[in-house]
Amino acid sequence: MTKRIDHSEAASKFIAAKDHVEFHDRRLWDLRGKRDRESGALPEWESLRTLASQVKEHTLTHLAAYLEEFEANATANGAIVHWARDAAEHNQVVHGILAARGARVLVKSKSMLTDECGMRPFLEARGIEVMETDLGERIQQLDGEPPSHIVVPAVHKLRGDVARVFSSTIGTDAGNSDVHYLAESQRAHTRPYFLRADAGMTGANFAIAETGAVVVCTNEGNADLSVHLPPLYIASVGIEKVIPKVEHLGIFVRMLSRSALGSPITQLTSHFRRPRPGQEMHIVLVDNGRVERLGMADFWSSLKCIRCGACMNTCPVYRRSGGLSYGATYSGPIGVIIDPTFNLRKFSSLPFASTLNGSCTSVCPVRIDIHDQIYKWRQVIAARNQLPIVKQEAMRAAGKVLGSPRLYRAAARATATGLAQLPRALVYNPLNAWGRQREVPDAPAQTFREWYLENRKPRKKP
Amino acid sequence: MSARDDILARIRANQPAAVPMPEVPAFDPPAGSDLLDQFKAGVARMGGKVVEATGPLDRIVRKLHPGAKRVCSATVEGGGPPLEAGIAPSSLHDVDVGIVRARFGVAETGSVWLTEADFGVSALGFLSQHLVVLLDPSAIVANMHHAYRLRGAFDAGYGVFMTGPSATADIEGVLIHGAQGIRSLVVVLRAP
Repeated sequence: MTKRIDHSEAASKFIAAKDHVEFHDRRLWDLRGKRDRESGALPEWESLRTLASQVKEHTLTHLAAYLEEFEANATANGAIVHWARDAAEHNQVVHGILAARGARVLVKSKSMLTDECGMRPFLEARGIEVMETDLGERIQQLDGEPPSHIVVPAVHKLRGDVARVFSSTIGTDAGNSDVHYLAESQRAHTRPYFLRADAGMTGANFAIAETGAVVVCTNEGNADLSVHLPPLYIASVGIEKVIPKVEHLGIFVRMLSRSALGSPITQLTSHFRRPRPGQEMHIVLVDNGRVERLGMADFWSSLKCIRCGACMNTCPVYRRSGGLSYGATYSGPIGVIIDPTFNLRKFSSLPFASTLNGSCTSVCPVRIDIHDQIYKWRQVIAARNQLPIVKQEAMRAAGKVLGSPRLYRAAARATATGLAQLPRALVYNPLNAWGRQREVPDAPAQTFREWYLENRKPRKKP
Repeated sequence: MSARDDILARIRANQPAAVPMPEVPAFDPPAGSDLLDQFKAGVARMGGKVVEATGPLDRIVRKLHPGAKRVCSATVEGGGPPLEAGIAPSSLHDVDVGIVRARFGVAETGSVWLTEADFGVSALGFLSQHLVVLLDPSAIVANMHHAYRLRGAFDAGYGVFMTGPSATADIEGVLIHGAQGIRSLVVVLRAP
């Protein structure tokens, strides 16, 4: 049976490195602040969110027709379109394309989908060298870790960590952790790969049904280098990435980088439509659980996601636990609501990694009701007996007590007395996860009900 | 059943009730907005530079990049014959400065729209260490909605909104211009 990810246990390891967690929290909150300044500067921001949501909902509710339109136009452009039901099929299709052309070296830009499919180890086991060319993704590849954030993959690392990774892999000076030096070293190391690669690969931010184009939004220039140099280009595209028309890009391109990094646009918004003369272009359309999610009444709207990461940057739990603690390709609030569709048991602890504060929902550019879905997943998990025993017992007891005013009042009084008199060891016992990093506040001298009965005794009607 | 037919059939079985397509407005800027000023601010914000220089282009480029050894122009305005389409893209690996002419600019973001036809060889826009982009100051649209409604522009086999030079902030959020692609981008405003 698949092992259940223990999010809080994994997070405690991250929290133990104090300077890391403080920087992580500050850096992501800074991105949130920049996002607020950018969105606040556009009077039409809230209208754009509504339009983005409507366009996505319209597309998802007509998805089959738009995918057929995309396929027909992409094919007419000279691209070859493939379909993959799951991760294994995706990896086989990609390997088949590479193997048939004798490709040995693949340069690729960041793609959450290829991470989701576990493509890199699959290809590497078959003798293909895979070069991640995005700086953050490359750091993670060289360190043998998955990305910890969908937009900034190595955001949990400090410059010293990167210096350590680079010195032992690409031969930088171990004592030099200057950020410019590290980035320049990666540039110098990567460039020859672009020149000699047999194939290039990107993901996709959007796929345009009307034109058959694949749109990729990046900052580093690595996606374009991956496409414009090798004789073979493969784009892996989740089926939910399709949008109907070119003009719809106006909405999404205006929102994506503002939501993600708080910049008005990515440095590059690239539209790949036709292979250049002598080049082959392949597009792999991937399901891998998306169709099943489309049929879930409570959860299908999570497919609207444009992977901006705004919900992660704002989430107090994500900022203080780090993306790797989720044990999944997608972390943070969006991960919490899509990971259980991949494996309910494995990811059953994730919907509890939330305070249900709703901040994720309020920053989401496509208006996904993220915190409502988190709450609904908790219900699904409880109903399917996927709660850990401690939580089950606690919930059962809490349900009984909170369901009865008499029991609740007795418990409140007992807690107040208990907190004042019980020894620390008993209050902060190993089952009280809440008390591990926090002090339980002092209990008030009086409960609200006691105060109410004393001060607001119901008056008789005149 | 093929993967394609299987996926499409299951989508049809799972599609939620139809939601109508919304009308998308163009969000026109307030009357009297200075698009050129906005464009200049946008380019600067994203790490690029705008110059309004008259005179021979080669002199302007020399002044911008005095140490450049290999300058490669995709437009006849660059002086010599333009870059030949169809040459191996990797042959541009040692280009110091690329020169291209953009179709139009976007005021809101400071972006320029460039296609494969404008680059001659698209790799020029990424292998070059520096890029000089010529732009007609009268060819600036207000925002991305206006840009994406320009008929014909998006028929290109490849096209890119380029906004400032390549950049990264993947290590501790420290912003670096010149990530994997061009290290600098200068927009030279001049009519063709």
